[in-house]
Amino acid sequence: MKEKLNQIREKALKRLEETKNMDNLEALRVELLGKKGELTQILKAMGSLSKEERPIIGQYANEVRGQIEAKLEAVKADFAKKLKQEKLNAEKIDVTMPGKKKSIGHLHPMTKVIEDIKQIFIGMGYEIVEGPEVETAYYNFEALNIPKDHPARDEQDTFYVNGEGDFLLRTQTSPMQIRTMETHELPIKIIAPGRVYRSDEVDATHSPIFHQLEGMVIDKNITMGDLKGALAVFAKQLFGKDAKVRFRPHHFPFTEPSAEMDVSCFACGGKGCRVCKDSGWIEVLGCGMVHPEVLKRCNIDPEKYSGFAFGLGLERIAMQKYSISDLRLLYENDTRFLEQF
Amino acid sequence: MDLPINWLKSYVDYDASTADFIEDITMTGQKVESVRRLAGDITGVISGKVLQIEKHPDADKLVVTQIDVGNGEPLQIVTGAPNLKVGDIVPVAMVGATVYHGNGVEKIKKGKLRGVPSNGMLCSIEELGFTRNDYPEAPEYGIYVFKDEVPLGEDVKKLLEMDDEIVEFEITNNRPDCYSIIGLARETAATYRKELKYPEIKLEEKGEGNSKDYIDVEILNPELCPRYIGRVVKNVKVEPSPLWLRHRLTAAGVRPINNIVDITNYVMLELGQPMHAFDIDTIDEAKIIVRNAKEGEKITTLDGQERQLDPSMLVISDCNKAVAVAGVMGGENSKVSPNAKAILFESANFNGASVRVTAKKLGLRTDASAKYEKNLDPNLSLDAVNRAVQLVEMLGCGEVCPGMVDCYPNKREPWTVEYSTEGINKLLGTELSEKEMIDLLALVEVKADGKKAVIPTFRPDLVAQCDLAEEVARFYGYNNIATTLSTGTPTVGKKSFSQLVEDKIANTMVAMGASEAKCFSFESPKVFDKLNIPADSKYRKTVSISNPLGEDFSIMRTIPVNGILTSLATNYNRRNPSAVLFEMGKVYLPEELPLKKLPVEEKTLTIGMYGNGDFYDIKGMVDALADTLNTELDYTPEEGIPYMHPYRTAKIYIGDEYLGYVGQIHPDTAQNYSVATECYIAVLSIDLLIQKAAFDRQYTELPKYPSIQRDIAMLVKEDVTVKQIESIIKAKGGKLVESVKLFDVYKGKQITSGYKSVAYSISFRAADRTLTGEDVNPPMDKIMKELSEKLGAQLR
Repeated sequence: MKEKLNQIREKALKRLEETKNMDNLEALRVELLGKKGELTQILKAMGSLSKEERPIIGQYANEVRGQIEAKLEAVKADFAKKLKQEKLNAEKIDVTMPGKKKSIGHLHPMTKVIEDIKQIFIGMGYEIVEGPEVETAYYNFEALNIPKDHPARDEQDTFYVNGEGDFLLRTQTSPMQIRTMETHELPIKIIAPGRVYRSDEVDATHSPIFHQLEGMVIDKNITMGDLKGALAVFAKQLFGKDAKVRFRPHHFPFTEPSAEMDVSCFACGGKGCRVCKDSGWIEVLGCGMVHPEVLKRCNIDPEKYSGFAFGLGLERIAMQKYSISDLRLLYENDTRFLEQF
Repeated sequence: MDLPINWLKSYVDYDASTADFIEDITMTGQKVESVRRLAGDITGVISGKVLQIEKHPDADKLVVTQIDVGNGEPLQIVTGAPNLKVGDIVPVAMVGATVYHGNGVEKIKKGKLRGVPSNGMLCSIEELGFTRNDYPEAPEYGIYVFKDEVPLGEDVKKLLEMDDEIVEFEITNNRPDCYSIIGLARETAATYRKELKYPEIKLEEKGEGNSKDYIDVEILNPELCPRYIGRVVKNVKVEPSPLWLRHRLTAAGVRPINNIVDITNYVMLELGQPMHAFDIDTIDEAKIIVRNAKEGEKITTLDGQERQLDPSMLVISDCNKAVAVAGVMGGENSKVSPNAKAILFESANFNGASVRVTAKKLGLRTDASAKYEKNLDPNLSLDAVNRAVQLVEMLGCGEVCPGMVDCYPNKREPWTVEYSTEGINKLLGTELSEKEMIDLLALVEVKADGKKAVIPTFRPDLVAQCDLAEEVARFYGYNNIATTLSTGTPTVGKKSFSQLVEDKIANTMVAMGASEAKCFSFESPKVFDKLNIPADSKYRKTVSISNPLGEDFSIMRTIPVNGILTSLATNYNRRNPSAVLFEMGKVYLPEELPLKKLPVEEKTLTIGMYGNGDFYDIKGMVDALADTLNTELDYTPEEGIPYMHPYRTAKIYIGDEYLGYVGQIHPDTAQNYSVATECYIAVLSIDLLIQKAAFDRQYTELPKYPSIQRDIAMLVKEDVTVKQIESIIKAKGGKLVESVKLFDVYKGKQITSGYKSVAYSISFRAADRTLTGEDVNPPMDKIMKELSEKLGAQLR
């Protein structure tokens, strides 16, 4: 019997070994271990064995069955593994083919530059304010110490509009100094970006519509040193930590003392090149201590409060930052241009 | 303002290269625009003597010369010049030299002219970059010949005093005193802490009689003419000025004319006071009257142009006629002719604004008017007139009569400004002592004592303590002021809610693939025709620019679509296959015209696209945007916008407030913009979006019980909108309806024409239990009944 069982086992293991696929495997299982299978037949025939032999052969037969079953499972697992692998193989794709990209739009370069600057000043505790582009001469000029017939009015090439009284398109964001002082509580710490208008023909470096950013701080004990400090921090944030600044005396009717701030040339680092006209410096903004007459006009006591203000043109910064050589590109809205930012 | 360095150095001894000077004077407040070298491109031209002249063997018009350039070896040079003779000393451009030629610069090379070797070039005055105006002794055609026996082999730039540097300054309009060489010399002296050598004015006054005997002056409008000085010079000889004077004028950018005109220009450049000279014989009854022009009065100015005057303009006249436009230009009728015997020098002060307006009205901005515009110091007039007659004596071109007529009703005296050392230190953030501050102010001739400062009359800009603070800061050095960070009240920097909403809108648009455009705020009124806007539309009532750059930029936009449409057209014409753009800009809506108050500036989001989908794509963008702002939109058909497709446009509401519209651009309008494809546009009020946007969120518990889904399909007439269907489903479905989703709309085969098949998936759910068919059947029945009754829907 034992020998018979051994034969069955050897045969079964061999057949299992030779099985080609999963379907055959099931048929084989039935054949080997099913009711009509050889092994079952032997177990059925165990009744003819002696009492002593029966448990021994029975145990042995179960062992054989166990071995066959184990083998069967192993072969099955093997097949499953192969099948998975085959499936994976079949699923192979060319991962270098382009992705199905969702097209993402782009913010305008001016918006990006303005946002960069906003973030710098927000970090320094400034609020952002906005105001009208169609203005009165009072806010654009008079309140800023530029009375009628002041030569500065001519210099700014103002667009006037159809109104009773002096309505105009603001030539600067400085009216926002006045509007803020009139409405805000002290202390004031604001920036005011926006569109301004001057009668310049459109060309590569001029546009009748452009952007400025005004800034102003009014508080007790504000000094010119504070003005320099705030703007030096701003310049390093915007132009990089190696940027150096210098302040030159200048004149604005609504600040006194007044200055212009230069930043070391980003093109040459200050050695002198075509960009900075060999000076090593690029003019970035105008600034100064808010004129006491301007404060008084806004009902702020210059004996108690002082402040500084600054204004910068943003197109030039955008053009320098992104190496844009022609201002007109900013208003054409060619997607091939916009998509670069 | 052009400043020749050589001229500057005659008033102040400073020791710095021009490059350093530029840096230093910039830092004390006079901004340098540019610097140029006179004869800057001329190199390697030296003096040489003509030793021999021979005819060229093969060319009639050429001669072969031998030139001694002082090194013992004669140079052979071939030239075509007709004016040479042996012994002449001439400018010789050696091989390698650069000279002017035509409009450019030429480098001299060794060469052969018609076979004869030539080792350099002999130069005309033009080849050295000058004209006969600068060097009247130069021949009209030919080589420049030195008048005097000059050393050989010397740099001709030195011999001809051509070597100079001209520094161009941008003078700010608060500093009229710096529109003069003496003014810039004063700044230079202060910058270097050097002494200013003011020109010493001494006169001989050999003329017969007194100026007062020859002329009388009356000012009828002292407001516009605070001062008028006249001084008479007799026995005038009008002739070319000497070389030094011509050189100084040329260097400063003024063309020499004759000695009298040159003197007035010299004084104007040197002291900043414009001067004028009249031929005294042309002044009727020897009387100068300063008055406003008469209605209809005309004058022919020195440039030969007849000028129409008006009563706002100030003129200089005699008893019968205007002889000059005050502060702008003299009259042809009184000019100093070569035969003039006696002249009247005018040194006057005019109101800056008046001169500026007059010059502008006449379209005649002159050197004189540019200076007067800045409001000059009336005290300058006296020095100027004396300086002018001093020059007359120096040049020996006339006899100066003693005395002068000086009408100066209200003398400008130095004024006092109170200040405190502490106040200035507090403004600047400095810790200067009283003495240090006094010394710094003294640099600009302000006499201070710690409490009061006496201001010289040429500094009208110094009227308050803050002005003195600037003077202190300038010469202390802006960059020596310590950099500090303000220690005031702490503030929180942040964006406002509306700014955050705007950021959200922009970022959402970008996330959906749109790129941000920026368009001009002003445009052409023709835009309204392009957009087919009716003639009586309120949108045609615009804020209009009175002095536009042209019609194309003359009205402030009231409708935001032209900018985006123009941009789409640009992209389309440049063959970009698709474009999705958005702009967040303003429209400018006047409440009444002409404006009595500021117009409403309404912020508007305009989205425009082509080649990137259809109506439902752009509508989807609008919906997604509304989602991010937590608002819900409602759409109804809009047939009445003239530039929009009548049947592919919807009005958008939030609740019952009008937000804007979305749709396809009318094909006629698209054609007006030359876009031959479907364009879609959406216009939304940013202001309303800001009002309605909400970023606060409240969590709603996730459903615990499953939903039941029911699908219905129906046949309805084509013009039934899904909005009608949905509102019935929602109304009749009751509280259990969780969502209503349109999943199919079909027209075509198997559907009766004029009908469409619409299919919905309706989801029911209760928060507190699992629904059964019995819960859902009654509402479904109601829905179907209502659909068939109200809309004639045939359920399928």
